[in-house]
Amino acid sequence: MQQLIFGVLTLASFGFFAFNLRHITQNIHLGLPTNRSDRKAERWRTMLLVALGQKKMFNRPIPALLHLALYISFVITQIELIEILIDGISGSHRFFQESLGGFYTFVISFIEILSVLAFVATIFFLARRNMLKLPRLNMRELAGWPTQDANLILVFELILISFIFTMNGADEVLQSYAGHSNGFAISSWLGPILFGGKGTHTLEILEQIGWWGHIIMVYTFMNYLPYSKHLHIFMAFPNTYFSKLDPKGQFTNMQSVTNEVKLMLDPNADPYAAAPTDAVPTRFGAKDVTDLTWKNLMDAYSCTECGRCTSVCPANTTGKLLSPRKIMMDTRDRMVELGNYKRKNGTAAEDAKSLLGSYITEEELWACTSCNACVQECPVNIDPLSIIMDLRRFLVMEESKVPTELTGMLTNIENNGAPWQFAQTERLNWAKED
Amino acid sequence: MSIQVRTMADMMASGESPDILFWVGCAGSFDDRAKKITKALVKILNHCKVNFAVLGTEESCTGDPAKRAGNEFTFQMQALMNIELLNGYEVKKIVTACPHCFNTLKNEYPGLGGTYEVIHHTQLIQDLINTGKLTLADNGTFKGKKITFHDPCYLGRANDVYEAPRELIEKLDAALVEMKRCKTNGLCCGAGGAQMFKEAEKGNKEINIERTEDAIETSASIIATGCPFCNTMMTDGIKHYEKEEDVKVLDIAELIANAADL
Repeated sequence: MQQLIFGVLTLASFGFFAFNLRHITQNIHLGLPTNRSDRKAERWRTMLLVALGQKKMFNRPIPALLHLALYISFVITQIELIEILIDGISGSHRFFQESLGGFYTFVISFIEILSVLAFVATIFFLARRNMLKLPRLNMRELAGWPTQDANLILVFELILISFIFTMNGADEVLQSYAGHSNGFAISSWLGPILFGGKGTHTLEILEQIGWWGHIIMVYTFMNYLPYSKHLHIFMAFPNTYFSKLDPKGQFTNMQSVTNEVKLMLDPNADPYAAAPTDAVPTRFGAKDVTDLTWKNLMDAYSCTECGRCTSVCPANTTGKLLSPRKIMMDTRDRMVELGNYKRKNGTAAEDAKSLLGSYITEEELWACTSCNACVQECPVNIDPLSIIMDLRRFLVMEESKVPTELTGMLTNIENNGAPWQFAQTERLNWAKED
Repeated sequence: MSIQVRTMADMMASGESPDILFWVGCAGSFDDRAKKITKALVKILNHCKVNFAVLGTEESCTGDPAKRAGNEFTFQMQALMNIELLNGYEVKKIVTACPHCFNTLKNEYPGLGGTYEVIHHTQLIQDLINTGKLTLADNGTFKGKKITFHDPCYLGRANDVYEAPRELIEKLDAALVEMKRCKTNGLCCGAGGAQMFKEAEKGNKEINIERTEDAIETSASIIATGCPFCNTMMTDGIKHYEKEEDVKVLDIAELIANAADL
C-alpha cells in the first residue's frame, strides 16, 4: 500500500514538473532567434566556472560561503534521494547500507554535516532578509510576493532538513535498542538527545514521518520551483553556457537597419523596388517580450532576484527609478503572463499589454548609463543592459520618444557629424590653436 | 614645441601612408578641455616620431552616442560613411584617446565591414615606453604625489583594459591609490549611454558627485582618467566640492607628456 502511494506520488510529481518545464520552454521560445551555438569550448568553460564553480559569487565572500554550503548540500543530498526512491518503490530499508558498509556511513555522515551547515546558512539568510534588512533584499520591487517567495524557499529548506534528522535520529535510537548504531556523524548523538527513551512504536512512526516528510518536501520543492525565483538552481547552467562572449561594450548591429541604411546610401538602389514578399515586417527594437531574444527570456527565468546588479547600478544607487533587477523581474512576469494568455487563446492571440508601458517605464530606461556594472556583477551572467537597449531602440525608432536634449544631439550628428553644434570643417582647428 | 599634424588626405597626395591613424573624436576635436588631451597625445607621438595621420575635416562622429541613445539609424549612417572613408584610405591601425570611439571602432564596426586594429592611447603609450621610444625625464614632477585612476566603463568593463593606464601611472614615480570601487567594480562617472547629452533622470544625487566622493576619499591630489567624458564629469565633481586647488583631473596622456618634459 505504502509502495503504491509512493509510486503514484512520484509519478504525479515528476509529471507535473515536466508539464511546467514544457511551459517554461514554450515561454522562452516566445523570443526571437539569436545564435549562441559558436565557441563551444569557451561556453563549457564559462558554465563550469560561473555556474558549477560559482566564481562570481565569491566577489562577496561571506554570502558566497553560506551559499556554497547550501549548494553543495543540495547537490550531495540528491545521492540520498536515489536510495529513497529505491526504498520507496521496493519497500526496502536503507537499500545501500549493507552492500556499501563503511562507505555508506561516510556518505550519510557527509550529508548530515552538510545539512547542518545548510541549516545554519538558511537561518543566517532568513535573518539577513528579515532582521538585518539588507538594503538590496528589501527594495520596492520585492514588496509582496517576491519577499514571500524568498522566505518560503528558506522555510522549505529548514523543514526538509528537520525531516532528515527526524528520520535518521529516530532510526539511530531504534538501532541502539537492538545494540547497534548507524554511526552517522550527527544523528548518532543528536538522535538520542531528541528521541532517547521513546518507545519502539513511537520511534517507528517518527522515522516514517521523517522519511515521508522528506520525500514530500523534495517533491513540493521541485514543483514549487517553476513558480519561483528559485528556478536559478537549474537555469544557471544553460544560462551561463549561452552567455554573451563578445566584449561587454559590443552592442548588436541591427541587420534590418543595415539593409535600409545601405539602400539610402546606395545611389544605384531603386527605392521603389518591391520588398521581398516573404519578408516579415520587423519592429525596430523591443516593445514586448516577443521582440526580445530567447536568451533575454532565459535570462529572466535565471534571475533569483539577489539584487547584486541593482546594488552596483550607478542610476539606482543615486536614487533613480531604474533597477536592473526589476527589468529582469518585469521581463519574466510579462513572459509568463503572455505565455499563459497564448496557451489559452491560441499562439496568434495578443493581449492589450506590453513589457514597455505596462511594466517598464520610459523614465527607468533613460536613467541607464550603459556602464555594464549590472552585467559584470550578475553571478549567472544575466544581461539586463541588452533588454534596456532594445526597449530604448523601440522608443526612439518606432515612437520617436526621445528626451528633448537628445533630439538636439542626434540632429547635430546627422547635420554636422558631431553631437555638438560645431561645423565639420572646424574639426582640425585644435591643431592650429595654442 | 609646436605640434606637427598631417591629415590622411595630405599624406595620400604625397604618396605616403601612415603607420597608424589617430582618431581624434568629437570631444578631442571640439571640447576645450579635451583638446588639451589631444595635443598632449600629439606631443608624445611627435616626440617618438610616430608616423601617424588624422582624418581632420573628414572625420565624423563614430555614432556611439546615437547608438546608446537607441537610434541605430543614425549610428549606422555614421558608421557606414566612416567605414567607406577608412577603407578608402586602407587604414589598418587606429589609436584613439576616447574609450567610446575605441569601443565602437573596435567592436561594432567589424560587423559593418570595417575591421581595424584599434588601440586606446594608454596602450600605445605603454608600448612606446616598453620599446624604449619614450623615456620619462627624472624631473620629479609627480614624486610622492598620490594619483588615483578612474576606470572609464567603455575601456574597463566593456573591453577589459585595466592594466595599461595603471602601469603608466606606476612609471611616474608617484603612488597609485585605488578607489574603493575600481577595475571591474569601478563606478561609472555618469556620462555613458548618451547621458552626457541630457539631464539625469530624477534621483537624489548626481552620479559624478558620488564618484568624485570615491576619489576624494583616497586623498589623491590627481585623478587620472583615460576618457574625455569622464574627465568632464570628474572635473565638475571636483568643482562641486570646491577642491580645484587640491585635486587636479588629468588624462594619462597629459601626465606622461608632463613627465617626459614635452
